[in-house]
Amino acid sequence: MPGSASGPAIQTENLTKEYPYGFLHLKKKTSLEGLTLQVETGEVFGFLGPNGAGKSTTIKLLMGLIFPTRGHARLLGKPTTDVAMHRDIGYLPEQPYFYDYLTAAEVLDYFAKFFDFTAQERRERVQRMLQKVGLETAGKIQLRKYSKGMLQRVGLAQAILHDPPLVILDEPMSGLDPVGRREVRDIILELKRAGKTILFSTHILPDAEMLCDRVGVLVGGKLQGVGAPGDLVGIKAQEVEILFTLAPTAQAHAPKNDHAPLLAKAARIGERFRLQVKEEELYAALEQLRGASAKILSVSQIKPSLEEYFMHLVAADRAQAAAVEVSGK
Amino acid sequence: MTHIGAVALNTFREAVRDRVLYNLVFFALLMIGAAILVGQISIGIEQIVIVSLGLSAISFIGLLMAVFIGVGLVSKEMDKRTIYALLAKPVRRWEFLVGKFAGLVFTLLVNTAAMSAGLFFALAYVKHGLQSADAGVLVAVYFILLKLAIVVALALLFSCSTTSLLAILYCAGLYLAGSFVQQMRTLRTDLMGNATATFMRWLSYLLPNFENFSVTGPVAHGRAIPGALILQNTLYAVVYCTVILAVAAAVFSRRNLK
Repeated sequence: MPGSASGPAIQTENLTKEYPYGFLHLKKKTSLEGLTLQVETGEVFGFLGPNGAGKSTTIKLLMGLIFPTRGHARLLGKPTTDVAMHRDIGYLPEQPYFYDYLTAAEVLDYFAKFFDFTAQERRERVQRMLQKVGLETAGKIQLRKYSKGMLQRVGLAQAILHDPPLVILDEPMSGLDPVGRREVRDIILELKRAGKTILFSTHILPDAEMLCDRVGVLVGGKLQGVGAPGDLVGIKAQEVEILFTLAPTAQAHAPKNDHAPLLAKAARIGERFRLQVKEEELYAALEQLRGASAKILSVSQIKPSLEEYFMHLVAADRAQAAAVEVSGK
Repeated sequence: MTHIGAVALNTFREAVRDRVLYNLVFFALLMIGAAILVGQISIGIEQIVIVSLGLSAISFIGLLMAVFIGVGLVSKEMDKRTIYALLAKPVRRWEFLVGKFAGLVFTLLVNTAAMSAGLFFALAYVKHGLQSADAGVLVAVYFILLKLAIVVALALLFSCSTTSLLAILYCAGLYLAGSFVQQMRTLRTDLMGNATATFMRWLSYLLPNFENFSVTGPVAHGRAIPGALILQNTLYAVVYCTVILAVAAAVFSRRNLK
Protein backbone atom coordinates (compact mmCIF):
# COMPACT_ATOMS: atom_id res chain seq x y z
CA MET A 1 0.00 0.00 0.00
CA PRO A 2 1.73 3.21 -1.05
CA GLY A 3 2.37 5.74 1.61
CA SER A 4 1.23 3.52 4.46
CA ALA A 5 4.75 2.91 5.71
CA SER A 6 5.66 3.77 9.29
CA GLY A 7 5.57 7.41 10.32
CA PRO A 8 2.72 9.82 10.73
CA ALA A 9 0.08 9.94 8.01
CA ILE A 10 -0.46 13.66 8.57
CA GLN A 11 2.02 16.07 10.01
CA THR A 12 1.62 19.84 10.27
CA GLU A 13 4.00 22.35 11.74
CA ASN A 14 3.02 25.88 12.66
CA LEU A 15 0.41 25.80 9.89
CA THR A 16 -1.10 29.27 9.63
CA LYS A 17 -3.58 30.81 7.22
CA GLU A 18 -4.35 34.47 7.10
CA TYR A 19 -6.76 36.13 4.68
CA PRO A 20 -6.30 39.77 3.79
CA TYR A 21 -9.43 41.90 3.81
CA GLY A 22 -10.52 45.50 3.62
CA PHE A 23 -10.42 47.83 0.61
CA LEU A 24 -6.66 47.69 0.20
CA HIS A 25 -6.28 44.21 1.70
CA LEU A 26 -4.17 45.69 4.46
CA LYS A 27 -6.04 44.01 7.34
CA LYS A 28 -5.63 40.31 8.02
CA LYS A 29 -8.01 37.76 9.41
CA THR A 30 -6.38 34.68 10.87
CA SER A 31 -8.37 31.55 10.06
CA LEU A 32 -5.81 29.13 11.42
CA GLU A 33 -2.97 29.92 13.79
CA GLY A 34 0.15 27.83 14.29
CA LEU A 35 -1.38 24.38 13.97
CA THR A 36 1.13 21.70 14.92
CA LEU A 37 -0.41 18.27 14.77
CA GLN A 38 0.40 14.68 14.00
CA VAL A 39 -2.04 11.97 12.96
CA GLU A 40 -0.61 8.47 13.13
CA THR A 41 -1.05 5.86 10.42
CA GLY A 42 -4.15 3.73 10.98
CA GLU A 43 -5.70 6.24 13.36
CA VAL A 44 -9.22 7.72 13.22
CA PHE A 45 -8.78 11.37 14.11
CA GLY A 46 -11.70 13.73 14.68
CA PHE A 47 -11.50 17.46 14.17
CA LEU A 48 -13.98 19.25 16.40
CA GLY A 49 -14.86 22.89 16.56
CA PRO A 50 -17.68 25.39 16.13
CA ASN A 51 -18.37 27.08 12.80
CA GLY A 52 -15.48 29.27 11.72
CA ALA A 53 -13.03 27.47 13.99
CA GLY A 54 -10.69 26.64 11.11
CA LYS A 55 -11.54 22.97 10.47
CA SER A 56 -12.31 23.33 6.76
CA THR A 57 -9.38 25.73 6.36
CA THR A 58 -7.06 23.08 7.78
CA ILE A 59 -8.47 20.40 5.50
CA LYS A 60 -8.21 22.64 2.43
CA LEU A 61 -4.60 23.41 3.34
CA LEU A 62 -3.89 19.69 3.60
CA MET A 63 -5.49 19.09 0.19
CA GLY A 64 -3.52 21.91 -1.46
CA LEU A 65 -6.69 23.82 -2.33
CA ILE A 66 -5.42 26.85 -0.43
CA PHE A 67 -1.85 27.75 0.47
CA PRO A 68 -0.46 28.41 3.95
CA THR A 69 0.71 31.86 5.00
CA ARG A 70 3.26 30.19 7.27
CA GLY A 71 4.23 26.67 8.23
CA HIS A 72 3.94 23.48 6.27
CA ALA A 73 2.18 20.15 6.15
CA ARG A 74 3.07 16.66 4.96
CA LEU A 75 0.69 13.88 4.05
CA LEU A 76 2.08 10.34 3.95
CA GLY A 77 5.53 11.87 4.18
CA LYS A 78 5.09 14.09 1.13
CA PRO A 79 4.53 17.86 0.96
CA THR A 80 1.01 19.04 0.16
CA THR A 81 2.30 20.65 -3.04
CA ASP A 82 3.01 17.17 -4.46
CA VAL A 83 -0.09 16.53 -6.58
CA ALA A 84 0.94 12.92 -7.32
CA MET A 85 0.40 12.05 -3.65
CA HIS A 86 -3.34 12.62 -4.20
CA ARG A 87 -3.37 9.06 -5.60
CA ASP A 88 -3.20 7.91 -1.99
CA ILE A 89 -5.72 10.32 -0.53
CA GLY A 90 -9.49 10.37 -0.58
CA TYR A 91 -11.24 13.67 0.12
CA LEU A 92 -14.85 14.55 0.78
CA PRO A 93 -15.45 18.32 0.62
CA GLU A 94 -17.86 20.04 2.99
CA GLN A 95 -21.39 20.11 1.50
CA PRO A 96 -20.18 18.43 -1.68
CA TYR A 97 -21.63 19.46 -5.01
CA PHE A 98 -20.90 17.66 -8.25
CA TYR A 99 -21.68 18.15 -11.93
CA ASP A 100 -25.47 18.08 -11.83
CA TYR A 101 -25.77 17.13 -15.51
CA LEU A 102 -24.08 13.78 -14.77
CA THR A 103 -25.49 10.69 -13.13
CA ALA A 104 -23.82 9.28 -10.00
CA ALA A 105 -22.28 6.49 -12.07
CA GLU A 106 -20.94 9.01 -14.61
CA VAL A 107 -19.44 11.31 -11.99
CA LEU A 108 -17.68 8.37 -10.31
CA ASP A 109 -16.44 7.11 -13.67
CA TYR A 110 -15.14 10.62 -14.46
CA PHE A 111 -13.17 10.80 -11.21
CA ALA A 112 -11.89 7.24 -11.72
CA LYS A 113 -10.29 8.36 -14.98
CA PHE A 114 -7.67 10.26 -12.98
CA PHE A 115 -6.31 7.00 -11.65
CA ASP A 116 -4.67 4.19 -13.58
CA PHE A 117 -7.73 1.96 -13.93
CA THR A 118 -8.80 0.16 -17.07
CA ALA A 119 -12.34 0.77 -18.37
CA GLN A 120 -13.42 -2.61 -16.94
CA GLU A 121 -11.91 -1.80 -13.50
CA ARG A 122 -13.64 1.57 -13.53
CA ARG A 123 -17.02 -0.02 -14.24
CA GLU A 124 -16.56 -2.56 -11.43
CA ARG A 125 -15.38 0.02 -8.90
CA VAL A 126 -18.21 2.40 -9.72
CA GLN A 127 -20.80 -0.34 -9.21
CA ARG A 128 -19.15 -1.46 -5.96
CA MET A 129 -19.04 2.09 -4.59
CA LEU A 130 -22.67 2.83 -5.53
CA GLN A 131 -23.66 -0.33 -3.70
CA LYS A 132 -21.52 0.56 -0.68
CA VAL A 133 -23.18 3.96 -0.24
CA GLY A 134 -26.67 2.67 -0.99
CA LEU A 135 -27.15 4.37 -4.36
CA GLU A 136 -27.19 1.34 -6.65
CA THR A 137 -30.78 2.02 -7.69
CA ALA A 138 -30.26 5.77 -8.15
CA GLY A 139 -26.98 5.53 -10.06
CA LYS A 140 -28.56 6.42 -13.40
CA ILE A 141 -30.39 9.55 -12.23
CA GLN A 142 -28.84 12.97 -12.91
CA LEU A 143 -27.40 14.55 -9.76
CA ARG A 144 -29.63 17.64 -10.17
CA LYS A 145 -32.44 15.42 -8.88
CA TYR A 146 -30.51 14.24 -5.81
CA SER A 147 -31.22 15.29 -2.23
CA LYS A 148 -28.46 16.73 -0.04
CA GLY A 149 -28.05 13.40 1.71
CA MET A 150 -27.71 11.54 -1.59
CA LEU A 151 -25.05 14.00 -2.77
CA GLN A 152 -23.20 13.38 0.49
CA ARG A 153 -23.19 9.67 -0.33
CA VAL A 154 -21.84 10.35 -3.83
CA GLY A 155 -19.16 12.47 -2.18
CA LEU A 156 -18.21 9.64 0.11
CA ALA A 157 -18.14 7.18 -2.79
CA GLN A 158 -15.77 9.35 -4.85
CA ALA A 159 -13.52 9.79 -1.80
CA ILE A 160 -12.93 6.07 -1.34
CA LEU A 161 -13.28 5.04 -4.99
CA HIS A 162 -9.54 4.43 -5.45
CA ASP A 163 -9.05 2.65 -2.11
CA PRO A 164 -6.72 5.31 -0.62
CA PRO A 165 -4.72 4.66 2.57
CA LEU A 166 -5.59 8.14 3.88
CA VAL A 167 -9.16 9.47 3.85
CA ILE A 168 -9.99 13.07 4.76
CA LEU A 169 -13.67 13.84 5.26
CA ASP A 170 -15.01 17.34 5.86
CA GLU A 171 -18.27 17.05 7.82
CA PRO A 172 -19.21 13.59 6.46
CA MET A 173 -22.39 13.38 8.58
CA SER A 174 -23.72 16.75 7.47
CA GLY A 175 -27.13 16.60 5.82
CA LEU A 176 -27.70 12.94 6.57
CA ASP A 177 -30.70 11.43 8.32
CA PRO A 178 -30.09 9.00 11.24
CA VAL A 179 -29.97 6.04 8.84
CA GLY A 180 -27.46 7.81 6.60
CA ARG A 181 -25.35 8.78 9.61
CA ARG A 182 -25.31 5.21 10.77
CA GLU A 183 -24.22 4.05 7.30
CA VAL A 184 -21.41 6.61 7.17
CA ARG A 185 -20.28 5.55 10.66
CA ASP A 186 -20.22 1.94 9.46
CA ILE A 187 -18.15 2.89 6.41
CA ILE A 188 -15.66 4.77 8.60
CA LEU A 189 -15.39 1.78 10.91
CA GLU A 190 -14.93 -0.52 7.92
CA LEU A 191 -12.14 1.73 6.62
CA LYS A 192 -10.54 1.68 10.07
CA ARG A 193 -10.67 -2.12 10.14
CA ALA A 194 -8.98 -2.11 6.72
CA GLY A 195 -6.10 -0.14 8.29
CA LYS A 196 -6.86 3.22 6.66
CA THR A 197 -6.03 6.49 8.32
CA ILE A 198 -9.07 8.73 8.63
CA LEU A 199 -9.29 12.38 9.53
CA PHE A 200 -12.75 13.86 9.69
CA SER A 201 -14.25 17.06 10.94
CA THR A 202 -17.61 17.06 12.63
CA HIS A 203 -20.06 18.99 14.74
CA ILE A 204 -21.68 15.81 15.94
CA LEU A 205 -19.82 15.06 19.14
CA PRO A 206 -21.30 11.63 19.96
CA ASP A 207 -20.08 10.43 16.55
CA ALA A 208 -16.58 11.67 17.34
CA GLU A 209 -16.67 9.97 20.77
CA MET A 210 -17.84 6.75 19.14
CA LEU A 211 -15.44 6.64 16.19
CA CYS A 212 -12.26 8.48 17.03
CA ASP A 213 -9.04 7.20 18.53
CA ARG A 214 -8.10 10.80 19.12
CA VAL A 215 -9.73 14.16 18.62
CA GLY A 216 -8.41 17.67 18.21
CA VAL A 217 -10.51 20.64 19.28
CA LEU A 218 -10.10 23.80 17.24
CA VAL A 219 -11.58 27.00 18.57
CA GLY A 220 -10.95 30.44 17.08
CA GLY A 221 -8.33 29.05 14.69
CA LYS A 222 -6.25 27.57 17.50
CA LEU A 223 -5.85 23.98 18.53
CA GLN A 224 -7.10 23.91 22.12
CA GLY A 225 -6.59 20.26 22.91
CA VAL A 226 -5.62 16.93 21.38
CA GLY A 227 -6.05 13.48 22.79
CA ALA A 228 -8.26 10.44 23.19
CA PRO A 229 -11.84 11.58 23.91
CA GLY A 230 -11.68 9.93 27.35
CA ASP A 231 -8.39 11.63 28.24
CA LEU A 232 -9.56 15.02 27.06
CA VAL A 233 -12.67 15.07 29.17
CA GLY A 234 -10.64 13.81 32.10
CA ILE A 235 -8.71 17.06 32.10
CA LYS A 236 -11.65 18.74 33.81
CA ALA A 237 -12.18 18.33 37.57
CA GLN A 238 -13.92 15.03 38.37
CA GLU A 239 -17.02 14.62 40.45
CA VAL A 240 -18.46 11.58 42.21
CA GLU A 241 -22.04 10.39 42.36
CA ILE A 242 -23.30 8.52 45.44
CA LEU A 243 -26.62 6.69 45.44
CA PHE A 244 -28.01 5.73 48.85
CA THR A 245 -31.15 5.01 50.78
CA LEU A 246 -32.10 6.06 54.29
CA ALA A 247 -34.13 4.32 56.92
CA PRO A 248 -37.64 5.90 57.16
CA THR A 249 -36.89 7.34 60.63
CA ALA A 250 -33.67 8.99 59.43
CA GLN A 251 -35.26 10.44 56.30
CA ALA A 252 -37.10 13.16 58.24
CA HIS A 253 -33.91 14.52 59.77
CA ALA A 254 -31.11 13.72 57.35
CA PRO A 255 -31.35 16.52 54.81
CA LYS A 256 -31.64 19.11 57.60
CA ASN A 257 -28.86 17.66 59.75
CA ASP A 258 -26.39 20.46 60.59
CA HIS A 259 -23.67 17.88 61.25
CA ALA A 260 -24.04 16.53 57.73
CA PRO A 261 -24.00 19.58 55.40
CA LEU A 262 -23.13 17.52 52.34
CA LEU A 263 -26.24 15.39 52.81
CA ALA A 264 -28.36 18.51 52.47
CA LYS A 265 -27.32 18.60 48.80
CA ALA A 266 -28.76 15.13 48.14
CA ALA A 267 -31.66 14.91 45.72
CA ARG A 268 -34.44 12.40 46.26
CA ILE A 269 -35.24 10.07 43.36
CA GLY A 270 -38.14 7.86 44.41
CA GLU A 271 -36.94 5.75 47.34
CA ARG A 272 -33.31 6.62 46.70
CA PHE A 273 -31.14 9.67 47.20
CA ARG A 274 -28.50 10.96 44.80
CA LEU A 275 -25.59 13.01 46.00
CA GLN A 276 -23.02 14.59 43.71
CA VAL A 277 -19.82 15.80 45.38
CA LYS A 278 -16.32 16.78 44.35
CA GLU A 279 -13.68 14.04 44.52
CA GLU A 280 -11.97 15.62 47.51
CA GLU A 281 -15.27 15.69 49.40
CA LEU A 282 -15.93 11.97 48.90
CA TYR A 283 -14.63 10.70 52.25
CA ALA A 284 -16.35 13.45 54.20
CA ALA A 285 -19.61 12.62 52.42
CA LEU A 286 -19.23 8.90 53.16
CA GLU A 287 -18.53 9.68 56.80
CA GLN A 288 -21.67 11.80 57.03
CA LEU A 289 -23.69 9.06 55.33
CA ARG A 290 -22.41 6.49 57.83
CA GLY A 291 -23.41 8.86 60.64
CA ALA A 292 -26.91 9.01 59.17
CA SER A 293 -27.06 5.19 58.91
CA ALA A 294 -27.45 5.42 55.14
CA LYS A 295 -27.25 2.35 52.97
CA ILE A 296 -24.84 3.11 50.13
CA LEU A 297 -25.99 1.63 46.83
CA SER A 298 -23.22 2.84 44.53
CA VAL A 299 -20.34 5.26 44.25
CA SER A 300 -19.32 6.20 40.70
CA GLN A 301 -17.12 8.76 39.03
CA ILE A 302 -18.87 11.29 36.82
CA LYS A 303 -16.97 11.88 33.60
CA PRO A 304 -17.95 14.98 31.70
CA SER A 305 -18.96 14.30 28.09
CA LEU A 306 -16.92 15.50 25.15
CA GLU A 307 -19.70 17.99 24.54
CA GLU A 308 -19.20 19.54 27.96
CA TYR A 309 -15.47 19.77 27.34
CA PHE A 310 -16.11 21.29 23.93
CA MET A 311 -18.57 23.84 25.29
CA HIS A 312 -16.15 24.69 28.09
CA LEU A 313 -13.44 25.53 25.51
CA VAL A 314 -15.84 27.51 23.31
CA ALA A 315 -17.07 29.51 26.31
CA ALA A 316 -13.48 30.22 27.38
CA ASP A 317 -12.59 31.38 23.88
CA ARG A 318 -15.62 33.66 23.68
CA ALA A 319 -14.84 35.12 27.11
CA GLN A 320 -11.26 35.78 26.01
CA ALA A 321 -12.43 37.38 22.76
CA ALA A 322 -14.87 39.60 24.69
CA ALA A 323 -12.10 40.61 27.12
CA VAL A 324 -9.79 41.55 24.22
CA GLU A 325 -12.60 43.58 22.66
CA VAL A 326 -13.27 45.45 25.93
CA SER A 327 -9.57 46.19 26.50
CA GLY A 328 -9.34 47.34 22.86
CA LYS A 329 -12.06 49.91 23.50
CA MET B 1 -2.84 13.62 -21.64
CA THR B 2 -5.42 11.23 -20.13
CA HIS B 3 -6.27 13.81 -17.49
CA ILE B 4 -6.61 16.62 -20.03
CA GLY B 5 -8.77 14.38 -22.23
CA ALA B 6 -11.04 13.46 -19.31
CA VAL B 7 -11.59 17.13 -18.36
CA ALA B 8 -12.11 18.08 -22.03
CA LEU B 9 -14.65 15.33 -22.60
CA ASN B 10 -16.56 16.36 -19.48
CA THR B 11 -16.59 20.00 -20.61
CA PHE B 12 -18.00 18.93 -23.98
CA ARG B 13 -20.57 16.70 -22.28
CA GLU B 14 -21.64 19.63 -20.08
CA ALA B 15 -22.23 21.78 -23.18
CA VAL B 16 -24.28 19.03 -24.83
CA ARG B 17 -26.34 18.24 -21.72
CA ASP B 18 -26.94 21.94 -21.04
CA ARG B 19 -28.39 22.14 -24.56
CA VAL B 20 -25.82 24.66 -25.78
CA LEU B 21 -25.86 23.08 -29.24
CA TYR B 22 -29.54 24.01 -29.60
CA ASN B 23 -28.26 27.18 -31.25
CA LEU B 24 -27.75 25.00 -34.33
CA VAL B 25 -31.51 24.89 -34.80
CA PHE B 26 -31.58 28.70 -34.91
CA PHE B 27 -28.72 28.70 -37.41
CA ALA B 28 -30.42 26.08 -39.60
CA LEU B 29 -33.63 28.14 -39.66
CA LEU B 30 -31.62 31.28 -40.52
CA MET B 31 -29.86 29.54 -43.41
CA ILE B 32 -33.06 28.00 -44.80
CA GLY B 33 -34.86 31.34 -44.59
CA ALA B 34 -31.94 33.21 -46.17
CA ALA B 35 -31.59 30.68 -49.00
CA ILE B 36 -35.28 30.94 -49.88
CA LEU B 37 -35.28 34.74 -49.62
CA VAL B 38 -32.05 35.20 -51.57
CA GLY B 39 -33.32 32.84 -54.27
CA GLN B 40 -36.27 35.18 -54.74
CA ILE B 41 -34.72 38.68 -54.50
CA SER B 42 -31.13 38.54 -55.74
CA ILE B 43 -29.76 37.90 -59.18
CA GLY B 44 -26.12 36.92 -59.55
CA ILE B 45 -25.06 37.76 -55.99
CA GLU B 46 -26.56 34.71 -54.25
CA GLN B 47 -23.14 33.36 -53.32
CA ILE B 48 -21.96 36.68 -51.85
CA VAL B 49 -25.08 37.10 -49.72
CA ILE B 50 -25.24 33.49 -48.51
CA VAL B 51 -21.51 33.20 -47.74
CA SER B 52 -21.35 36.59 -46.00
CA LEU B 53 -24.46 35.92 -43.96
CA GLY B 54 -23.43 32.34 -43.14
CA LEU B 55 -19.85 33.17 -42.08
CA SER B 56 -21.01 36.17 -40.04
CA ALA B 57 -23.56 34.01 -38.25
CA ILE B 58 -20.97 31.25 -37.59
CA SER B 59 -18.56 33.86 -36.23
CA PHE B 60 -21.16 35.67 -34.09
CA ILE B 61 -22.75 32.54 -32.59
CA GLY B 62 -19.29 31.04 -31.97
CA LEU B 63 -18.17 34.26 -30.33
CA LEU B 64 -21.17 34.30 -28.00
CA MET B 65 -20.46 30.69 -27.01
CA ALA B 66 -16.72 31.28 -26.59
CA VAL B 67 -17.24 34.30 -24.32
CA PHE B 68 -20.27 33.26 -22.30
CA ILE B 69 -19.21 29.64 -21.75
CA GLY B 70 -15.50 30.53 -21.60
CA VAL B 71 -15.80 33.00 -18.71
CA GLY B 72 -17.59 30.34 -16.66
CA LEU B 73 -15.13 27.54 -17.34
CA VAL B 74 -13.25 28.02 -14.07
CA SER B 75 -15.38 30.48 -12.09
CA LYS B 76 -18.47 28.26 -12.37
CA GLU B 77 -16.53 25.30 -11.02
CA MET B 78 -15.37 27.46 -8.11
CA ASP B 79 -18.80 28.97 -7.44
CA LYS B 80 -20.46 25.55 -7.46
CA ARG B 81 -17.53 24.02 -5.55
CA THR B 82 -17.27 21.15 -8.06
CA ILE B 83 -13.57 21.93 -8.39
CA TYR B 84 -12.70 20.79 -4.84
CA ALA B 85 -13.30 17.10 -5.44
CA LEU B 86 -11.62 17.27 -8.84
CA LEU B 87 -8.40 18.98 -7.70
CA ALA B 88 -8.17 16.50 -4.82
CA LYS B 89 -7.46 13.90 -7.50
CA PRO B 90 -3.95 13.57 -8.93
CA VAL B 91 -4.66 16.22 -11.55
CA ARG B 92 -2.50 19.30 -11.88
CA ARG B 93 -4.12 22.71 -12.09
CA TRP B 94 -2.65 23.40 -15.52
CA GLU B 95 -4.02 20.07 -16.76
CA PHE B 96 -7.45 21.15 -15.56
CA LEU B 97 -7.14 24.48 -17.42
CA VAL B 98 -5.88 22.94 -20.65
CA GLY B 99 -8.62 20.30 -20.46
CA LYS B 100 -11.26 23.00 -20.02
CA PHE B 101 -9.81 24.94 -22.96
CA ALA B 102 -9.69 21.84 -25.18
CA GLY B 103 -13.24 20.88 -24.20
CA LEU B 104 -14.72 24.22 -25.18
CA VAL B 105 -12.66 24.42 -28.40
CA PHE B 106 -13.92 20.93 -29.28
CA THR B 107 -17.51 22.04 -28.57
CA LEU B 108 -16.97 25.03 -30.86
CA LEU B 109 -15.45 22.73 -33.50
CA VAL B 110 -18.53 20.49 -33.48
CA ASN B 111 -20.82 23.51 -33.50
CA THR B 112 -18.90 25.24 -36.29
CA ALA B 113 -18.71 22.04 -38.36
CA ALA B 114 -22.47 21.54 -38.12
CA MET B 115 -23.12 25.19 -39.05
CA SER B 116 -20.68 24.94 -41.96
CA ALA B 117 -22.59 21.93 -43.26
CA GLY B 118 -25.75 24.05 -43.10
CA LEU B 119 -24.00 26.87 -44.96
CA PHE B 120 -22.89 24.50 -47.74
CA PHE B 121 -26.42 23.11 -48.06
CA ALA B 122 -27.78 26.65 -48.45
CA LEU B 123 -25.03 27.47 -50.95
CA ALA B 124 -25.73 24.33 -52.96
CA TYR B 125 -29.45 25.19 -52.92
CA VAL B 126 -29.06 28.71 -54.32
CA LYS B 127 -26.29 27.78 -56.79
CA HIS B 128 -27.84 24.46 -57.74
CA GLY B 129 -24.58 22.70 -56.89
CA LEU B 130 -21.08 23.35 -55.45
CA GLN B 131 -17.79 24.18 -57.20
CA SER B 132 -14.16 23.62 -56.16
CA ALA B 133 -13.79 27.37 -55.54
CA ASP B 134 -16.31 27.06 -52.72
CA ALA B 135 -13.62 25.24 -50.71
CA GLY B 136 -12.41 28.74 -49.77
CA VAL B 137 -15.40 28.87 -47.40
CA LEU B 138 -13.77 26.06 -45.43
CA VAL B 139 -10.63 28.19 -44.99
CA ALA B 140 -12.77 31.07 -43.73
CA VAL B 141 -14.48 28.69 -41.27
CA TYR B 142 -11.06 27.42 -40.14
CA PHE B 143 -9.96 31.01 -39.48
CA ILE B 144 -13.12 31.63 -37.46
CA LEU B 145 -12.28 28.59 -35.37
CA LEU B 146 -8.72 29.84 -34.77
CA LYS B 147 -10.12 33.22 -33.72
CA LEU B 148 -12.57 31.54 -31.36
CA ALA B 149 -9.74 29.50 -29.80
CA ILE B 150 -7.94 32.75 -28.94
CA VAL B 151 -11.15 34.18 -27.46
CA VAL B 152 -11.61 31.00 -25.37
CA ALA B 153 -8.01 31.30 -24.08
CA LEU B 154 -8.65 34.94 -23.08
CA ALA B 155 -11.99 34.07 -21.47
CA LEU B 156 -10.29 31.26 -19.53
CA LEU B 157 -7.59 33.65 -18.29
CA PHE B 158 -10.20 36.11 -17.03
CA SER B 159 -12.27 33.26 -15.61
CA CYS B 160 -9.28 32.36 -13.38
CA SER B 161 -8.78 35.83 -12.07
CA THR B 162 -11.97 37.86 -11.92
CA THR B 163 -15.76 37.74 -11.77
CA SER B 164 -17.85 36.51 -14.72
CA LEU B 165 -19.30 39.96 -15.43
CA LEU B 166 -15.89 41.63 -15.56
CA ALA B 167 -14.52 38.72 -17.59
CA ILE B 168 -17.28 39.23 -20.20
CA LEU B 169 -16.50 42.97 -20.35
CA TYR B 170 -12.75 42.35 -20.70
CA CYS B 171 -13.30 39.75 -23.44
CA ALA B 172 -15.67 42.00 -25.36
CA GLY B 173 -13.25 44.92 -25.02
CA LEU B 174 -10.28 42.90 -26.20
CA TYR B 175 -12.28 41.47 -29.10
CA LEU B 176 -13.30 44.93 -30.26
CA ALA B 177 -9.77 46.32 -29.83
CA GLY B 178 -8.30 43.27 -31.58
CA SER B 179 -10.60 43.85 -34.53
CA PHE B 180 -9.01 47.26 -35.15
CA VAL B 181 -5.35 46.43 -34.68
CA GLN B 182 -4.39 47.40 -38.25
CA GLN B 183 -5.94 50.84 -37.78
CA MET B 184 -4.00 51.21 -34.55
CA ARG B 185 -0.75 50.51 -36.40
CA THR B 186 -1.49 53.06 -39.11
CA LEU B 187 -2.43 55.90 -36.77
CA ARG B 188 -0.76 59.27 -37.41
CA THR B 189 2.18 58.88 -34.97
CA ASP B 190 3.48 62.36 -35.87
CA LEU B 191 0.51 63.79 -33.98
CA MET B 192 1.40 61.87 -30.79
CA GLY B 193 4.24 62.17 -28.33
CA ASN B 194 7.06 59.62 -28.56
CA ALA B 195 5.91 57.73 -25.48
CA THR B 196 2.33 57.49 -26.73
CA ALA B 197 3.44 56.35 -30.18
CA THR B 198 5.68 53.65 -28.65
CA PHE B 199 2.88 52.56 -26.30
CA MET B 200 0.38 52.33 -29.17
CA ARG B 201 2.82 50.33 -31.28
CA TRP B 202 3.52 47.83 -28.48
CA LEU B 203 -0.16 47.63 -27.64
CA SER B 204 -1.04 46.84 -31.25
CA TYR B 205 1.36 43.88 -31.14
CA LEU B 206 0.23 42.68 -27.71
CA LEU B 207 -3.47 42.74 -28.57
CA PRO B 208 -4.81 39.71 -30.44
CA ASN B 209 -4.96 40.61 -34.11
CA PHE B 210 -8.41 39.38 -35.12
CA GLU B 211 -8.35 41.29 -38.39
CA ASN B 212 -6.00 38.71 -39.91
CA PHE B 213 -8.68 36.06 -39.43
CA SER B 214 -11.37 37.93 -41.33
CA VAL B 215 -11.48 36.71 -44.94
CA THR B 216 -15.24 36.79 -45.50
CA GLY B 217 -15.03 39.38 -48.32
CA PRO B 218 -12.51 37.57 -50.53
CA VAL B 219 -14.12 34.17 -49.89
CA ALA B 220 -17.62 35.48 -50.71
CA HIS B 221 -16.25 36.76 -54.00
CA GLY B 222 -14.68 33.38 -54.73
CA ARG B 223 -11.06 34.56 -54.36
CA ALA B 224 -8.48 32.02 -53.14
CA ILE B 225 -6.78 32.46 -49.75
CA PRO B 226 -2.94 32.25 -49.92
CA GLY B 227 -1.35 29.24 -48.21
CA ALA B 228 1.12 31.56 -46.44
CA LEU B 229 -1.78 33.31 -44.66
CA ILE B 230 -3.17 29.96 -43.54
CA LEU B 231 0.20 28.99 -42.08
CA GLN B 232 0.75 32.42 -40.51
CA ASN B 233 -2.68 32.49 -38.87
CA THR B 234 -2.29 28.91 -37.60
CA LEU B 235 1.08 29.68 -36.00
CA TYR B 236 -0.20 32.99 -34.61
CA ALA B 237 -3.21 31.31 -32.97
CA VAL B 238 -1.11 28.45 -31.55
CA VAL B 239 1.51 30.79 -30.08
CA TYR B 240 -1.06 33.30 -28.76
CA CYS B 241 -3.16 30.55 -27.12
CA THR B 242 -0.07 28.92 -25.60
CA VAL B 243 1.12 32.19 -24.06
CA ILE B 244 -2.34 33.08 -22.70
CA LEU B 245 -2.82 29.58 -21.27
CA ALA B 246 0.64 29.73 -19.65
CA VAL B 247 -0.30 33.03 -17.98
CA ALA B 248 -3.65 31.56 -16.90
CA ALA B 249 -1.89 28.50 -15.45
CA ALA B 250 0.57 30.74 -13.56
CA VAL B 251 -2.30 32.82 -12.11
CA PHE B 252 -4.41 29.79 -11.23
CA SER B 253 -1.57 27.74 -9.72
CA ARG B 254 -1.34 30.09 -6.71
CA ARG B 255 -5.03 30.86 -6.39
CA ASN B 256 -6.64 30.04 -3.04
CA LEU B 257 -9.83 28.08 -3.69
CA LYS B 258 -11.81 29.41 -0.71
